[in-house]
Amino acid sequence: MSDNINLKRGLDIPVKGTAVRQLKKAIVPDIVALKPTDFRGLIPKLLVHEGDRVLAGSPVMADKADMSILFTSPVSGTVREIVRGEKRKLLEVRIEADKTVEYVDFGVKDPGKTSPEGIRSALLESGLWPALVQRPYGIIASLQTAPKAIFISSFSTAPLAPEIQFSLQDEAENLQAGIDALARLTDGGVHVSFNSKETGNNPFKGLKNITTHYFSGPHPAGNVGVQIHHISPIAKGETVWTVAPHLLAAIGRLFRTGRLDLRRKVAVTGPKASEPSYVEAVAGFCMKEIAGMYDGKADEIRFISGDVLTGTNVGSEGFLGFFDDQITLLAEGHYHEMFGWGKPFRTRKFSFSHTYFSWLTPGKKYAMDTNLNGGVRAFVMSDVYGKVLPMHIYPVYLIKACMAGDIDKMEQFGIYEVLPEDLALCEYVCPSKIEIQSALSDGIDLMMKEMA
Amino acid sequence: MRKFIDKIKPSFEKGGKFGFLHSTFEAFESFLYVPDTVTKRGSHVRDCVDLKRIMIIVVVALIPSLLFGIWNTGYQHSAAFGLDWGFWQMVWYGIVKIIPLYLVSYIVGLAIEFISAQIKGHEVNEGYLVSGMLIPLIVPVDVPLWMLAIAVAFAVIVGKEVFGGTGMNIWNPALLCRAFLFFSYPSKMSGDTVWTGGVSRYLSEGTAYADGNGLVDSFSGATPLVHATEGLDGLNAAGDTFWNMFAGIIPGAVGETSVIAILIGAVILIWTGVASWKIMLSSVIGGLAIGLLGNAFGTTPEMTVPAYYQLVMGGFMFGTVFMATDPVTSAQTETGKWIYGFLVGALTVTVRLFNPGYVEGMMLAILLMNTFAPLIDHYVVSASISRRAKKISKKVKIA
Repeated sequence: MSDNINLKRGLDIPVKGTAVRQLKKAIVPDIVALKPTDFRGLIPKLLVHEGDRVLAGSPVMADKADMSILFTSPVSGTVREIVRGEKRKLLEVRIEADKTVEYVDFGVKDPGKTSPEGIRSALLESGLWPALVQRPYGIIASLQTAPKAIFISSFSTAPLAPEIQFSLQDEAENLQAGIDALARLTDGGVHVSFNSKETGNNPFKGLKNITTHYFSGPHPAGNVGVQIHHISPIAKGETVWTVAPHLLAAIGRLFRTGRLDLRRKVAVTGPKASEPSYVEAVAGFCMKEIAGMYDGKADEIRFISGDVLTGTNVGSEGFLGFFDDQITLLAEGHYHEMFGWGKPFRTRKFSFSHTYFSWLTPGKKYAMDTNLNGGVRAFVMSDVYGKVLPMHIYPVYLIKACMAGDIDKMEQFGIYEVLPEDLALCEYVCPSKIEIQSALSDGIDLMMKEMA
Repeated sequence: MRKFIDKIKPSFEKGGKFGFLHSTFEAFESFLYVPDTVTKRGSHVRDCVDLKRIMIIVVVALIPSLLFGIWNTGYQHSAAFGLDWGFWQMVWYGIVKIIPLYLVSYIVGLAIEFISAQIKGHEVNEGYLVSGMLIPLIVPVDVPLWMLAIAVAFAVIVGKEVFGGTGMNIWNPALLCRAFLFFSYPSKMSGDTVWTGGVSRYLSEGTAYADGNGLVDSFSGATPLVHATEGLDGLNAAGDTFWNMFAGIIPGAVGETSVIAILIGAVILIWTGVASWKIMLSSVIGGLAIGLLGNAFGTTPEMTVPAYYQLVMGGFMFGTVFMATDPVTSAQTETGKWIYGFLVGALTVTVRLFNPGYVEGMMLAILLMNTFAPLIDHYVVSASISRRAKKISKKVKIA
């Protein structure tokens, strides 16, 4: 393991509620939703009407930019409701699920013997193509360009992230099939990053047809963007693809069973989870299904699809995102704290900085909530951001370029290499409480618009 | 208390009876209570540190200097007039002299901050908590209050608000205040008699808070920097030994004399990570380097003063620890901080060695480097970008 890349800068946020490795229940959902908003930059074209009957794998919508990119139903059932927002923007397609799932049969294929075209069309018609995320920008992979390489992070360092050793423990064969399929779509190979410090049995261990890399260090060492930056930085004009491990398993399942099976083990985590553990569920299931797995009233809890840094606030009746295999439950922080900023001790709060005394209790976990802990200000401190970003990038300069909408500067400061998730910790530690992720996201949107 | 605030809150919101005082109300409310706002977009949890916390840490770090300054003001007065005061008498005199400086500094400065926040409809920035704490510590104790008021107003309006408030300013507001005083009223800001409390008034009106038998014969009032122009002998003759200067029992601006008190502050700042140790260290290195260079030539008496004396004389340490490290006006990049700090220290000592007319170079050195900090950053960042570009282009296809 001499080629281990040890990243020193970063932070593991000590939030309470890590899921124990135990499957609490398997959820048979009543209603699932497909959300176009899960995909960056997608303009959807609806292919179904309310009342239509769909099977697991039937197309529900398509990408207007490329109509061959389909989004399919994860369950069989009836299209119940099409939810639109402002300007008739499509928000959700809700599907009432059958008790037993009927699958569209895409046919069993051996990925090693299927042509790249065959693999591409299998992914497209099954609706798994959108699982491939293209960088720069974090958009759905393009059909026109072959990627430089495909990157997979076999470990997540995000707060309370599900442990792959448990969540994908029986999936090694599916992962292998997925890797074999994806390897045919690129000349650069499939690169899998491991945590050199991990214990237990990583299902990626021993897989063939991959190039391995080793990383260690605190979050965001497990972010695939950070890993790519250290393995092979993305230059202008290059593209790479990434895929989440649980979606890679779904791709493998598609080839091995001929079915679109988006079931996954979802970690229910966070300080408000009564017994943090795993449930088996399908993408797009409703938060109502985990009733009883949290403390307190649902309207005082924030339901996050994803982790505390990058997840989406979906509300108590929202749906799990396509890419997510984690739910985090947080208390809403609607309270005033008298002289909070002036107190010498604030034992229930964590700070990365030494301005409080939480550094004296390194092992302690905190029941964090959503309070902003301050007011929004201009950038003042210059060195806190670099301490949590293990990349050769000037985060403040990049964000200021994004805010100013300066394309040239954004390019110079490395916008091709980052997604909001990579700078999420900068946002967490920011004493000026600046919304760094959304500033970066706006910058990426502008880049896509201007460079298209 | 909370109930009362919630009750009166609606009348301060937009459209309420006192809607025009919204920013003022918000400032007081958030001073008393951390607001109940929750994260809307992006990271759902946030670190509990905010700018108020960072500012209060700097204020805490300044307290040792302030306390020592209070005592030293009394001590210098007592020594100048041969009063043989006890400890508490000295402290009392210091308090009487220094509290008015703080009142003026905070009342004028915060009033302008509130008014400008009100006009812009912003939240009130907490930056002035620190500037207001710093200003009385870097002026002569005898500065007339009306002058201080004008200087504070100038510093806050021209130094900060015209640029958009805390975080946007180019120059350190506290130093700008001092520079304004220095250039507008040089007679009150330089010379030998302004540094000891009560002396100016005694010389003009013949009375002082406690003038006893008048100034003692040996009184000079000059700061060590002036004595240093006569070399080490000059310093020794005036009783300014290294340890006296290190401890701070010398005339000078209120808070700048005691290196011990400043170092306590420096430890707090560095440990909490609020100020950059890189700037502090490189400034000391810069000062020492030029000082040693001066020693090597030794052509003027000032140049023969050992280089390490430069660190304990005048405002060198205070400027290095509290002024040069201002995160807004110093260099932003880590490499830039080394360069910036080194130049601050080097320029300060250069001014001292070559300009016998005005021997305190710290203020101008920092203001000058504040001006050039963005330039330093620009070159550091461009160098890094081109290095990165080369690295990426060199990288052959991975396989």
